[in-house]
Amino acid sequence: MPKLTVDGIEVEVAPGATVLQACEEAGKEIPRFCYHERLSIAGNCRMCLVEMERAPKPVASCAMPAADGMVIKTDSDLVKKARNGVMEFLLINHPLDCPICDQGGECDLQDQAMAYGFDSSRYDEVKRSVKDKELGPIVKTIMTRCIHCTRCVRFSEEVAGVPTMGAVYRGEETEVGPYIEASINSELSGNLVDLCPVGALTSKPYAFTARSWELKKTDSIDVMDAVGSNIRIDARGPEVMRVLPRLNEDVNEEWISDKTRYAIDGLKRQRLDRPYVRVDGKLKAASWDEAFAAIQAKLSGLSGKKIAAIVGDTVDCESMTALKDLMGKLGSPHIDCRQDGAKIGTEARGSYIFNTTIAGIEEADACLIIGANLRKEAPIINSRLRKRWKQTAGAFKVAMIGESWDPTFKHDYLGAGPETLKDVLDGKNAFAKVLEAAQKPMIIIGMGGLAREDGDAVLATARAIADKFGMVVGEWNGFNVLHSAAARVGGLDLGLVPGKGGLATQEILDAAAKGKIEAVYLLAADEIDMSKLEKAFVIYQGCMGDAGAQAADVILPGAAYTEKNGTYVNTEGRVQQGWRAVFPVGEAKEDWAILRALSAVLGQTLPYDTLDDVRTRMIAINDVFAGLNVTRKAEWSDFGVAGDMKPEGFVSAVRNFYMTDPISRASVTMAKCTEAFVSGTAEGKVA
Amino acid sequence: MLQDKDRIFTNLYGYQDFGLKAAQKRGNWDGTKALLDKGRDWIISEMKSSGLRGRGGAGFPTGLKWSFMPKESDGRPSYLVVNADEGEPGTCKDREIMRNDPHTLVEGCLLASFAMGAHAAYIYIRGEFYNEASNLQQAIDQAYEAGLIGKNACGSGWDFDLYLHLGAGAYICGEETALIESLEGKKGQPRLKPPFPANAGLYGCPTTVNNVESIAVVPEILRRGGSWFTSFGRENNHGTKLFGISGHVNQPCTVEEAMSIPLRELIEKHCGGVRGGWDNLLAVIPGGSSVPLLTKDVCDTVLMDFDALREVGSGLGTAAVIVMDKSTDIVYAIARLSEFYKHESCGQCTPCREGTGWMMRMMQRMVRGEATLEEIDLLWEVTKQVEGHTICALGDAAAWPIQGLIRNFRPEMERRIKEYRARIAA
Repeated sequence: MPKLTVDGIEVEVAPGATVLQACEEAGKEIPRFCYHERLSIAGNCRMCLVEMERAPKPVASCAMPAADGMVIKTDSDLVKKARNGVMEFLLINHPLDCPICDQGGECDLQDQAMAYGFDSSRYDEVKRSVKDKELGPIVKTIMTRCIHCTRCVRFSEEVAGVPTMGAVYRGEETEVGPYIEASINSELSGNLVDLCPVGALTSKPYAFTARSWELKKTDSIDVMDAVGSNIRIDARGPEVMRVLPRLNEDVNEEWISDKTRYAIDGLKRQRLDRPYVRVDGKLKAASWDEAFAAIQAKLSGLSGKKIAAIVGDTVDCESMTALKDLMGKLGSPHIDCRQDGAKIGTEARGSYIFNTTIAGIEEADACLIIGANLRKEAPIINSRLRKRWKQTAGAFKVAMIGESWDPTFKHDYLGAGPETLKDVLDGKNAFAKVLEAAQKPMIIIGMGGLAREDGDAVLATARAIADKFGMVVGEWNGFNVLHSAAARVGGLDLGLVPGKGGLATQEILDAAAKGKIEAVYLLAADEIDMSKLEKAFVIYQGCMGDAGAQAADVILPGAAYTEKNGTYVNTEGRVQQGWRAVFPVGEAKEDWAILRALSAVLGQTLPYDTLDDVRTRMIAINDVFAGLNVTRKAEWSDFGVAGDMKPEGFVSAVRNFYMTDPISRASVTMAKCTEAFVSGTAEGKVA
Repeated sequence: MLQDKDRIFTNLYGYQDFGLKAAQKRGNWDGTKALLDKGRDWIISEMKSSGLRGRGGAGFPTGLKWSFMPKESDGRPSYLVVNADEGEPGTCKDREIMRNDPHTLVEGCLLASFAMGAHAAYIYIRGEFYNEASNLQQAIDQAYEAGLIGKNACGSGWDFDLYLHLGAGAYICGEETALIESLEGKKGQPRLKPPFPANAGLYGCPTTVNNVESIAVVPEILRRGGSWFTSFGRENNHGTKLFGISGHVNQPCTVEEAMSIPLRELIEKHCGGVRGGWDNLLAVIPGGSSVPLLTKDVCDTVLMDFDALREVGSGLGTAAVIVMDKSTDIVYAIARLSEFYKHESCGQCTPCREGTGWMMRMMQRMVRGEATLEEIDLLWEVTKQVEGHTICALGDAAAWPIQGLIRNFRPEMERRIKEYRARIAA
């Protein structure tokens, strides 16, 4: 533990820490541009210079390892002069176009110029101008503003794993951009905008729409995938302007996927802003009372056995609780939160969550991926795998069964389907040796493996592999289910699965087609075969006018995830809460409240009047909801039903990363991304 | 004057063949095995006692540098890298060695590598040195064929491989860590130090980077003993040294001389004097383009060694003496150097990337006098803002010539500005 003195303050830092970290430890703020905690050290901006005793020149504190006995000065004249000089150099070729720059107000250069800049320019020569680069539909470039910190270069190479960015030419003519004229084909490219300390890389969809100081910032949780990325929603008045990542070391660190960041413009289109009732085959605008009356007219007297409910992928836990309780009161056992028909039950929590946890990946030494394309289903988790692979200098062995896809790091592709999976179990596959040798092996099974008829058997086989190769030993649990739906784990935790004699999604649809189920309640469920619901009375509650709304007889407009306080459980089983950033559009209401109101109309009043009441009820159903933001070690008991597996290969649950749910399907930005990155590829043709 | 018997580079001018047979006749590869048999500690201590300071410019004691290399391998191999990217304007010494006396370098590589426990050495040669690379490669091939290097080099039991790599002509690749980057196949940009190459250099392994001349003199020092080398030059500045004199002298040349020779003697004995006589001398850049220039009154008495030149505010650098007589447009000369540094800045770190361009543009205006008197002070400040704030020494190298100019020729700069002002006022 090196001890050093910073401006007379003695600090002790962890071995391997830098002088910059030591200065921060001592409460001294060190200006920086190129330094970023999560990227390699470049030391090129020279803004963090400090004076070090016995060093002839000021040293770059970001790159200097802290050593015992160092004496550092951060506020001497020498330091101030050095930083002023660097700042002046950064500004001479910077366009100083802050008034028309989207970074204005949240620009590192602007902020630090306040402390270290001169009051006027001494540069009388012609300023440099740089041609802008085309980086695709997400990142806008104004390269004249670039200060060559190379954060973007290091991010794309190190975190995203797409080494397309670089600094070409040299000296003053250095230009940062893609080596070849190509967009950045990464699901994480939006993070470049956050990383850029100046306005060189800004958000294309957000361009010229708002100023940072006009925005109201609300903490929330993302629902575009099951990672539960922590986000901050920036809104101006009633409009969500942008989504930014929020730091959470255990989940998304400080990255979010492009869909998380940019699908929000879908919330401005195809919205359900008032109730509708189908009259003579056509949906007609109606009042809430009329809509409830229509539902009451249909349901009154109908046996609970003829009513069913299916829950969609982005629903919050509060609404699911209300739906579950309402269905219980109506006497219906037919309820399912697995609209893709995934074969996962609620017998053991360990059977349906990501037990290792996302941060736990950083302890693993081997990983077998089954039927999941992580770049499409959970890019944030894929980046963790990449991080682990980099940490171990490639000693972290990763293999995949299912589709062949590029995780951006070295891996083994074992085969397409169950046969290979069995080979691994039987030790016939070479990767079995790797798993055997590994101290902390892990397995990730995606919906591509479970959402199929033989999903039970696949789950059982995966479980057998986990047992055979010692993946669940002591504190270590290497068995992981990767969900693609944000609502899924919450739904399972709340028990939104068929009750005694109840039907699962596919059975509900089949029964509805035969007329055995007469009313179906779709809580934001859009990814099912609506043609089977033609005979049934369909109630659709949700915020987007997608497939479900078209099939509906009554539409109840709900709130989007940005418009309500909601609880979500991510694939790790981590319970997290988001806050309302804006109010629901038009006459739309918060979803749990709609169900509560409907229950009163149906004479089955639910016993809660406030959100807190609902949350108390959630804890009563399952006490995991009592612990926020934490993961809990899940019980490890029997699950899965051994059986024959079909020979077909596993197909990833997500075809087009940019369009997976009603919100992203309505998004203009996601459409542009689809056109740029998916159309024309093999995935595009399938989709 | 250095006697012929004390010359290390006996074929500097290429009067004889550069090949192995001729080289052996000149004494190269004589008793190399016996030197190796004395062990690495002996070699290093002999090098330390010789007082040899690195010939690439910085003048760091070579024996000391070698002793930083790990004695015991931690599993990683050690490497010797020879910096043959001679790019400093005015410098033309390594070129002559590689062209005409390459076996001194090849033999030196073996001895130096052995001394630091390296089984492989890389010579990074500047891309423009095509003929030199060709000769050097032939010398390497001959040494391999004769069993002098390769497996069981010279029958010593030490395996040694030597590789020649051609750069692509970037000045910055002469900076040792940029050279390593380039050698690894990356863009030639200096690395942050620490870690120093002796801990993590080429491919992350312990590496020593030495100049061609530093390595080429090793065999002769070991053969004749460190004390022989110390017999030349002043305390702390020992040995013989190649000086390359160019510019306004009657006979520009590269010559091996004893260290601490007076500058005037060097020019008058070997170069036929300054064009138009000593009194026609305006200024001398004594150590390659990056060191500040010296005015005539300093040149009258200054000695050519590391310490003497540092005392007068300049440096020995690569001992490339650029002589300028009174016909020289001194401001233009320095502006041309500024243009060079602007062109060769790698662009990695801020002060050098932005500062070199700014300095160049101001210098170009200074040539025409198109400036204000205050701008001379601004220019001085800008050089001070660059100096010492960069990752590598290129920033310093770009700043020093201008500082030398302002220190010594400020009246000339002011005269031009005043004339220009008067002209546009008229």
